[in-house]
This record gives sequence, structure tokens and C-alpha cells, in this order.
Amino acid sequence: MSKANFKKAFVAAFPHTIPVLASFLILGITYGVLMQTKGYGVIWSVLMSSIAFCGSMQFVAITLLTTMFNPVQAFVLSLTVNARHLFYGLSMLEKYQGLGKIRGFLIFMLCDETFSICCTLKPPEGITPKYFYFSVSILNYCYWIIGTFLGGVLGNFITFNTAGLDFALTALFVVLFLEQWKKSKNRLPAIIGIVSSIIGLVIFGKNNFVMVSMVIILAMLTGGRKKLCH
Amino acid sequence: MPLTPMQTIIMILAIAAGVMITRFLPFVMFPEKKEAPAYITYLGKVLPPAMMGLLVVYCFKSVSITSAPFGIPEALAAVIVIGLHSWRNNALFSIGGGTSVYMFLVQVVFC
Repeated sequence: MSKANFKKAFVAAFPHTIPVLASFLILGITYGVLMQTKGYGVIWSVLMSSIAFCGSMQFVAITLLTTMFNPVQAFVLSLTVNARHLFYGLSMLEKYQGLGKIRGFLIFMLCDETFSICCTLKPPEGITPKYFYFSVSILNYCYWIIGTFLGGVLGNFITFNTAGLDFALTALFVVLFLEQWKKSKNRLPAIIGIVSSIIGLVIFGKNNFVMVSMVIILAMLTGGRKKLCH
Repeated sequence: MPLTPMQTIIMILAIAAGVMITRFLPFVMFPEKKEAPAYITYLGKVLPPAMMGLLVVYCFKSVSITSAPFGIPEALAAVIVIGLHSWRNNALFSIGGGTSVYMFLVQVVFC
């Protein structure tokens, strides 16, 4: 029974992950290749991808792996670069309630893309939500690892021109933003998100703005609570 | 490989510990058996659209509007994604269309 339900959920979830498939394969390959050029073979890049599973931080970490050994610095940097996950967790508290043993894995695999899809989309009628969320999560997780593996093994053999394919990720976020926009009666939170992020980006620059923008978002959402609740 | 295997493993674990704390902390602080404070429930409702806004801006963070090609490929492709999505409301169609146009722009037009 539950096996058939899982299969149904998996089939329903797969199309939603296709943009992630395209971009994670390319980004994963890039990551595997970059690690290779620093002397870290496929075992190391795949190990990093499967244990840490944090795209942008993994790219930052390449530099850390080539300088002096400093795990404390790596830990602190990982906390700050990944701080946005705190808000993903808060957003998913309700949806990820009462899902049993699977819940821990869902939290482990909660990356930007999985969060965006699971948070924005409602599982279709007749589909078990937890299997839907799990399918999205495991598919995205696997894409990243397969990409990393391919990059580590094939290295620079890939010759076709994929420049610009990573725009699929941007397009995915734009589409999911539009879905959130349509779904919510109040447009202010979406506007607050965009405006706060731009303010942070302009003042603090592209490398340091996420934390600042998160604080501005939190402050505005908290300050406007009375207005936003209506 | 500048670090030893043991050092590399420690680095991987340190990075994983950092990211996993950020992923698990909200769920540990507000366990499912206890009802979360009203403020947290409120945040859970208004944060998703705000965070999608942040992710969109994040994707465009490296675009320079002061030097060539002045963010034109990104802006055009984004407009196409929005246009296609308002027209057909099919996510894969909008994403595929926008990405193809973007690839064409950066590989052929603005290269």
C-alpha cells in the first residue's frame, strides 16, 4: 500500500524537480571539476556533497581546503553562509509536522531548491504529502551528488557549451516567487523580501548581504505584524 | 591535495555541522509535540514569500548594471519567464523558455 503511494508521489514530484536536475548537474559537475583541480579527487567531492550538501558553501569551502587547516573558521563560516536555513525551518514547521521517521531526512536535505518547491507547492489531490516532500528532497539530493560525481570523474571532458544553463535555477525561483505572489492575499511579505534584499545588497555588497537582509526582513515582518495579520 | 585525508575529513564534518545546525535548529527549538508561540506561527506564514524574494535577488547578485552587458540578458530572460508564466501558468514551460533564451543571449548575442 505505502509502496504504491510512494510511487505515485514520486511520479507526481519528478516534473517539479526537472529545473533542479538541469542546474544541479551542471553546478555539481563544476564543483567536482574545481575540487579536482585543487587535488581533491572524486571521493572527496562526493563525500563533501553527500555529508554537507550545501551548494554555495561548498564552493566557498574549496578555498578553505587549499589554505591552512582551520576547522573552527570553516564551522563559523558555514553557520553564517547557511543562516538562511533558519528561516526555511520556521516556514516548514507546520508542513513537516507529524511525518514520523522520514522527518529527520527531510530536514537534513532542506536546501534552497527543496525548500522553495515544498513550501510553495501543494501536493496534488490523492498524493500522500510526506512522500511528495520526500521525493522532491531525495531527487534534488541525488542530482547534486550525481553531478559532483560526474564532475570528479569526467573532469574537463565535457565539451558542449552549457553557459547560461544555470539560469534554470533563477527561473525556478522567479516562478516560485510568482506562485507565492498569487497564493497570498497580502502582497506585503513578498515586497518586503525583495526590497530588504535589494537594500542589503546595495549597502553591504554581494558577498555579505544575506544575513543583513534577513535581519531587515525579520524586523519589517515583526514591526508590521498587526497590519500583515489582516 | 593540500590537506591530509584526516584534516579533510575534519573540515567536511565542521562544514556539515555548521549547515546542519541551521537546518535542524528551528525544528529542535519548536518541537512538533508542543504548540509553537503565535509569533513563530505568524513568521511561518509570512516568511515564505519574503524568502522567495530574497532568493530571487540572490540569483541576480552578481549582475553588474554599470558594465557591459549591463544586466540586459538577465533582465530580458526574467521578463520572458514572468511573461510565459502569466500566459500559460506552466512552470516547466516558463523555466525552459526563459533558460533557452538566456543561453542564446549569453552564447550568441552578448558574447
